[in-house]
Amino acid sequence: MNQHNNPGETRAYTRRDFLNSSLAMASAAVTVPHFIQASAYALPKAAHGLTSIAGVNEDRILVVIQLSGGNDGLNTVVPFLDDNYYRARPGIGIQRDQVLPLSGKGVDGVGLHQSLAPVKELYDDGQCAVIQGVGYPNPNRSHFKSMDIWHTGDTSGTGDGWLGRYVDSECCGFGKGESGQAESTAPATAAIPPIAIGRTAPLALMGRSTKPVSFETADLFRWTGQDVHRDLADPYRAINERAPTANDDHSTAAFLMRTAMDAQVSSEQIRRAVGARPLVNYPNSSLANQLSMVAKMIRAGMKTRVYYVTHGGFDTHSGQGGANGRHAQLLGQFAQATRAFYRDLEAQENAERVLTMSFSEFGRRVSQNASQGTDHGTAAPMMLFGPMVKAGVVGNQPSLTDLDQGDLKYQIDFRSVYAGILDNWLQADAETVLEKRYRAVDVIHAT
Amino acid sequence: MPAQDQPTRLPKHMRSIDDSRFGYDEARHLLWRAGFGGTPDQINTLASWGPQRAVEHIVEYDSIPYESPDATLFDSQIIRPYTEEEQRIIRQARQSRDEETVARFRLMQQQSQRDDRRQVRRIQHWWVTRLIESPRPLEEKLTLFWHGHFATSYRTIENSFHMFQQNQLFRKHASGNFAELLYQIIRDPAMLAYLDNNDSRVGRPNENLARELMELFSLGVGNYTERDIKEGARALTGYSFNDDSFVFNENNHDKGSKNILGQSGRLDGDDFVTAILEQRACSRFICTKLYRYFVAQVPFNWRDIPSDQRAFIDQMASTLLRSKYDLQPVLTKLFLSEHFYAPSVMNEQVKSPVELVVGAVRSLHTPVRDLNILTEALDLMGQNLMFPPSVKGWDGGRSWVNTSTFFVRQNILAFLLTGKKPVGYDALADQQEYKSEELLSWLRETDPSAARDPARVTDYLLRLTLGSAPPRASATLEDFIHDHGDNLERGMLTALLLIITAMPEYQLC
Repeated sequence: MNQHNNPGETRAYTRRDFLNSSLAMASAAVTVPHFIQASAYALPKAAHGLTSIAGVNEDRILVVIQLSGGNDGLNTVVPFLDDNYYRARPGIGIQRDQVLPLSGKGVDGVGLHQSLAPVKELYDDGQCAVIQGVGYPNPNRSHFKSMDIWHTGDTSGTGDGWLGRYVDSECCGFGKGESGQAESTAPATAAIPPIAIGRTAPLALMGRSTKPVSFETADLFRWTGQDVHRDLADPYRAINERAPTANDDHSTAAFLMRTAMDAQVSSEQIRRAVGARPLVNYPNSSLANQLSMVAKMIRAGMKTRVYYVTHGGFDTHSGQGGANGRHAQLLGQFAQATRAFYRDLEAQENAERVLTMSFSEFGRRVSQNASQGTDHGTAAPMMLFGPMVKAGVVGNQPSLTDLDQGDLKYQIDFRSVYAGILDNWLQADAETVLEKRYRAVDVIHAT
Repeated sequence: MPAQDQPTRLPKHMRSIDDSRFGYDEARHLLWRAGFGGTPDQINTLASWGPQRAVEHIVEYDSIPYESPDATLFDSQIIRPYTEEEQRIIRQARQSRDEETVARFRLMQQQSQRDDRRQVRRIQHWWVTRLIESPRPLEEKLTLFWHGHFATSYRTIENSFHMFQQNQLFRKHASGNFAELLYQIIRDPAMLAYLDNNDSRVGRPNENLARELMELFSLGVGNYTERDIKEGARALTGYSFNDDSFVFNENNHDKGSKNILGQSGRLDGDDFVTAILEQRACSRFICTKLYRYFVAQVPFNWRDIPSDQRAFIDQMASTLLRSKYDLQPVLTKLFLSEHFYAPSVMNEQVKSPVELVVGAVRSLHTPVRDLNILTEALDLMGQNLMFPPSVKGWDGGRSWVNTSTFFVRQNILAFLLTGKKPVGYDALADQQEYKSEELLSWLRETDPSAARDPARVTDYLLRLTLGSAPPRASATLEDFIHDHGDNLERGMLTALLLIITAMPEYQLC
């Protein structure tokens, strides 16, 4: 139990004290909330190229767009010169005149679904890379399992998330480990947590010590008790801005008080950020809303380095459509939202700081099924966006005839793409984060 | 409580707490740790009984009548193997490229998977209801302990009835005999599927179950060799299931000689378990896990445990061995021990999401309101029942709390108290009003004037909810009452509870 033996000495530090006084940050390390402590610790890194000052190009950000349900890769990046494609998909194939052919060195016979015209714009503008035939050995066709495999970067689908381990390695110097570490030996600092838009936090962002912040709308990332009666806000704030005293700083109560203060700080920061108007118009879709929130948080100078958004509905077992229809609509939403996001980032002059990666847990079967849809498959293309990517098509379209039980054979391991992003964009040690060495796919311009 | 001037020392012995030292705070602590908290009536009743009778009442719960769940409560046939006839039809359809028949079967399978996901939701609701209602809270608390210990996830096995069967197994042996539970777990369909033992056969043994059986379920890292795993996996070959029942496929079993943990011979799965149970590390490992669950977070590694606590856990382990792995004696001694009631133990455990939600309903008597929202909130807070994150179960302790889960924790309490929907929901508020004034009935009956005194009421509520009354919190609450006309009606009491349950200290028990 807390012993408040001398109230004069245990004057509570408030959040405002911390925000207003940089001196407090330097001297009162025992009582500052995690967020502020983390940024104070991050300062020495400026010496080797990274700074945590918002607006500086080298403060690099990764945005992940998850296409949930298994996106049909063959109707996304279409091998329109291959007759086998049309034979396998008589009802849902995209006709040649409805494909937007991709140009570039060594690129032949592949094009984007016509709904991806905004992505084609980015491609032609040198801001989009398409990586062909991405997958992993012994593909799993369960949504859950395959998603877990992509999230953990481990073919068993167990362990911490790859981006959680990345943030862990940046702040605390360890990756995946045994659970059950004594709490007294747990690291005292926490990294700036990744942010996921959505009700639940994706496994990819779960680290040993890193836990993401996730919310569906920022308005709900706060204490709802104050909506019951506004008079409750004051006592709530008074009680949650108490700080532990130096002599019980390691107690669980002190840990909870710091977390409570963190939550207040990040809640206010996030709600202030997303309360702003976007700089450009976004289309009306869930993904566009999510990306516009991310753009606003970036614009507000938040120090978050990883954002995660989700675009669902890709499990097209029946009535998938072709050049038009359900799948076309999903692709259109994806392309338009991504295009608007980069327009926004350009208007903010932040585009150079933001790499976006899209992926899905698997592609779909080569042959359509009896319900004018496609079943769970294996390898599929990934896309990367941003001015830093080496635009073009990486890798070859997997063969449509040399199949593994009716499914494409993968050409590039998805962890090689992760390694490329970790090494060349986030400037982390991919081998530490992925706990194994993968040949990094070369898709980021050297800076 | 005496001030702690020196670094905290915990008693190494298992001596019982003095009757005279067992009061309101200790009874409250017992109710929280061996259950999910109690109302003022329950706390005061246990306090008046004294430690012996209170602990006996909680641990020997078999004497409290409570309906045990019916095996037919849930549908066992949603997920079932194909009949021979169905298998034949599918084979034929595949051969003759009869896409329509293949598609029909695929749709059937997808439908049953959807139905099964609905059933696992119903099982979650059923369990949460039981956690809230049971007059034997320790039974449910131990069932939850075993669920985290022998962690198996629906996400992997996708068979809700197997999860229900496993839950029943844990409940049946909750405070029974650990050895018996270990013999049963290698026959449990959910576990066999989760750790891939159902296809493990002679010549191609799968090591997953053998490894986790020692590493996570009984001995802990460092107390067995890689060779024990390999040989143990051979002993477990042929342990499989058919539909909902265990089968021993003798043809798949490796009948050769093995050497596991110093035992040799033509060992089977039971011999493997017996060899495990004979290791000293086994009772220590189980008692370390029980200690972490009921007392305090300590490292798993035996030598890393602080010496006072290690000595105490060692005595727990001796008690467990003396009773031949019967759990009741060690639990009784634990809950009676002076150690268990040490100031540095009390109010230092972070409530698990289940403890937070179930504990709020049980100790404050709020309405249950909406089981859907409660189970989803458990998921958001990181404890999705039937979906533990990995075979390691839940890490517990501080890992429960971060900036995201903090708001969910506060907001689910706001929902229980007021019907105001938590994060992620914007539908109309639940209309049922919480009768918060009933919390004061005990105070009113014993001391009518106190129930009208803001300072006494504040103190009473803080001691009920936090186990202590931090001075600054008391002052803030008293000011709040004063600023609103000194009234202590239902609305004010609910408001006070809203503020208290949003306090960092409310996350502790």
